[in-house]
Amino acid sequence: MLVAVACLFLADLEITAVDPWPSMWRLAVGMATPDFTATDRLVEAMLHTIAFAVVGTAAASAAGFLLAFVFHSRLVRVLCAFTRSVHELFWALIFLQIFGLTALTGVLAIAIPYAGICAKVFSEILDESDPSPMAAVPVGSGAVSAFMFARVPNVWAHFKSYSLYRLECGLRSSTVLGFVGLPTLGFHLETAFKEGHYSEMSALLLVFFVVIATLRWWMRRELIPVYIIAALIILPEGAGNQSWSNAWMFFIHDLVPQPLRGVESWTAPVLVEFWHWAWTLLMTEALPGVFNTLVLTMIALVGTGVLTLAFFPLISPQFFGPFGRTVGHVFLVVVRSTPEYVLAFILLQLWGPSMIPAIIALSLHNGGIIGHLIGRFTERLTLRADSATGVDRYAYEVVPRIYRQFLAFLFYRWEVILRETAILGILGVHTLGFYVDSAFADIRFDRALIMIIITAILNIGVDAISRTIRARLRLRTAPETT
Amino acid sequence: MRILIYVFCLVFGFVPVADAAGPFVFTAIPDQDESRLRARFDKIADYLARALEAEVKYIPVKSYTAAVTAFRNNEVQLAWFGGLSGVRARGLVPGSEAIAQGYEDQFFETYFIAHESLGLSPSETFPMEIAGKTFTFGSKGSTSGRLMPEFHIRQSFGKAPDEVFERVGFSGDHSRTIALVQSGAYQVGAVNFKVWQKVLKLGTVDEAKASVIWKTPPYPDYQWTIRGDVDDAFGAGFKDRVTQALLDMKDPDLLASFPRESFVPASNEDYQPILDVGKSIGLID
Repeated sequence: MLVAVACLFLADLEITAVDPWPSMWRLAVGMATPDFTATDRLVEAMLHTIAFAVVGTAAASAAGFLLAFVFHSRLVRVLCAFTRSVHELFWALIFLQIFGLTALTGVLAIAIPYAGICAKVFSEILDESDPSPMAAVPVGSGAVSAFMFARVPNVWAHFKSYSLYRLECGLRSSTVLGFVGLPTLGFHLETAFKEGHYSEMSALLLVFFVVIATLRWWMRRELIPVYIIAALIILPEGAGNQSWSNAWMFFIHDLVPQPLRGVESWTAPVLVEFWHWAWTLLMTEALPGVFNTLVLTMIALVGTGVLTLAFFPLISPQFFGPFGRTVGHVFLVVVRSTPEYVLAFILLQLWGPSMIPAIIALSLHNGGIIGHLIGRFTERLTLRADSATGVDRYAYEVVPRIYRQFLAFLFYRWEVILRETAILGILGVHTLGFYVDSAFADIRFDRALIMIIITAILNIGVDAISRTIRARLRLRTAPETT
Repeated sequence: MRILIYVFCLVFGFVPVADAAGPFVFTAIPDQDESRLRARFDKIADYLARALEAEVKYIPVKSYTAAVTAFRNNEVQLAWFGGLSGVRARGLVPGSEAIAQGYEDQFFETYFIAHESLGLSPSETFPMEIAGKTFTFGSKGSTSGRLMPEFHIRQSFGKAPDEVFERVGFSGDHSRTIALVQSGAYQVGAVNFKVWQKVLKLGTVDEAKASVIWKTPPYPDYQWTIRGDVDDAFGAGFKDRVTQALLDMKDPDLLASFPRESFVPASNEDYQPILDVGKSIGLID
């Protein structure tokens, strides 16, 4: 908290917009008049969005499940932190180089970072589960069967509910993949948005909201295999024509720092040039990027926390009846499913370019997500029949009970926010992600790689700090048995 | 059981796509009006298929990077690039050639636009008054929205845009640049002149709020670029036939997709100025 206040002074906050209302008005009119006919192949785009999300998340859950067994190894932890720290969009751009615009690119772009996330979360769920059944396992049982029968049953429900939540995230990621050209809803959404076709944008967002809001009803466990097979069939055919030589070129040429390409021996001039290249990159991009990223994420994190505490009662049975909760659910679906960059653009028009739109957009989006998770969590709380109502109930009964989960989720989101700052270049805020994006735009994969590695190191650092804090505070994400 | 299915899918998902000598594939970077891309460019594909008597397919791409990548990886053999993306693509694919450009692309321009609150009037010379204001480019990889305006800014001030302006943003797109300058979110912006003319005609911009303060000198922009190895893949003389088919495209309905009056011959040398500018401002290594 103190850190965030300190960051407020360092952040560049400024309100400069002059005349936002005409375009706000056009946006509002567009949102109120959705046009479902404006997009070619709307249904196809929706099915593709779901298909990428289902296959990507399924693969990630499976990989995460396996990785969770070996998560105590430092190497695996660091590797997972690395995969998590790179935005799906950047994974997609990397795989685009290797596999082209194929389904595989999209699936891997979701599966790889998600595997890192699932591995971390699953292993934490395992750590926090009750280890006592292991003690009852007969001597001489195989490690795998002991694990499957003694530990997994305990945590299976958590794995399942977490995978469902991941699927929702997967749908969001899958939409975002449209920005690089995969045929999901994001493909059309970005176009409609950037050209100011707000009626079309509104229709696409509504379709997306409905998919997310109804997830709970259509995603049933017995249907999962059916969905996965259907998704594999639906996945779009790529342009083909891929060759391994492209992939090979990518690794041995594109990723090599430019001054070192095609160098026969490491002579002094080459090294000097390389040093100059690396130093410039470090001073002009990496250091300012790290600074801006940290300032922005710290403030956005606290903003997220504040909004979460405001949002979760909206869907909590402790505070609202069925009707109020439905309204709350709709509100939260809208807040958490509207892409951050759309929020950022709207706020940018209102307040001008600075960190403010970024902070508010990230806080709203993430507050919506954690608010949803915490709200769901309160469904399992049972209060005494004579407990207080209203504000007293909120402050003295519910918040203290959820506070540990709340902080735990917040720490998870820390690294997500760090990653999300990548796509807010429109605000003129030069975060690490902004520079990664620039490097991709300039087709300079060597620079992108360096910036990604720096981002990853930052993420690993953040992860280590949040582990320590969580351990100190003894936070758990598993529901408390009250 | 379910785990087995997951594993199966994981394995199945990793089977790489096999090489195949498929149809002749092209893509296009439409810098404006990306709506109904498929419908519009499938018509171009039909036209080329008839003219070339070959199977022709269009794949839509979103970004300059994706288009260049697809071209480099031989996913597409022909592409409608911007000036900068074309230079980059040809640098990555030895033997590739610019074969045709739009009539208007021989003398393309960037307009600097400003919000009325600055009180700037149109000027013949570079408007030095914009120093210290907020400024937005278009997309990072755009010739008209990034490369040329940055070049003129650096030349006039002798400094990088970051040091000239209070804040530098990348709107990502010309239409958004106009929206942002019109709302005053950014005070000054650089925009493709074709897009500006189009929004003027459509009436979606209010000239009392945002207006042109300076026009860059003309430079070459969009062009069709083809890979050098198409003759090997599709038969001798294929490149010439593609060139001819593009130059023969006269149907206004087809040309409206770009939108260009007509196509005229082009060569790699026509784009030497773009390459030089790209190198001079450090966008091309």
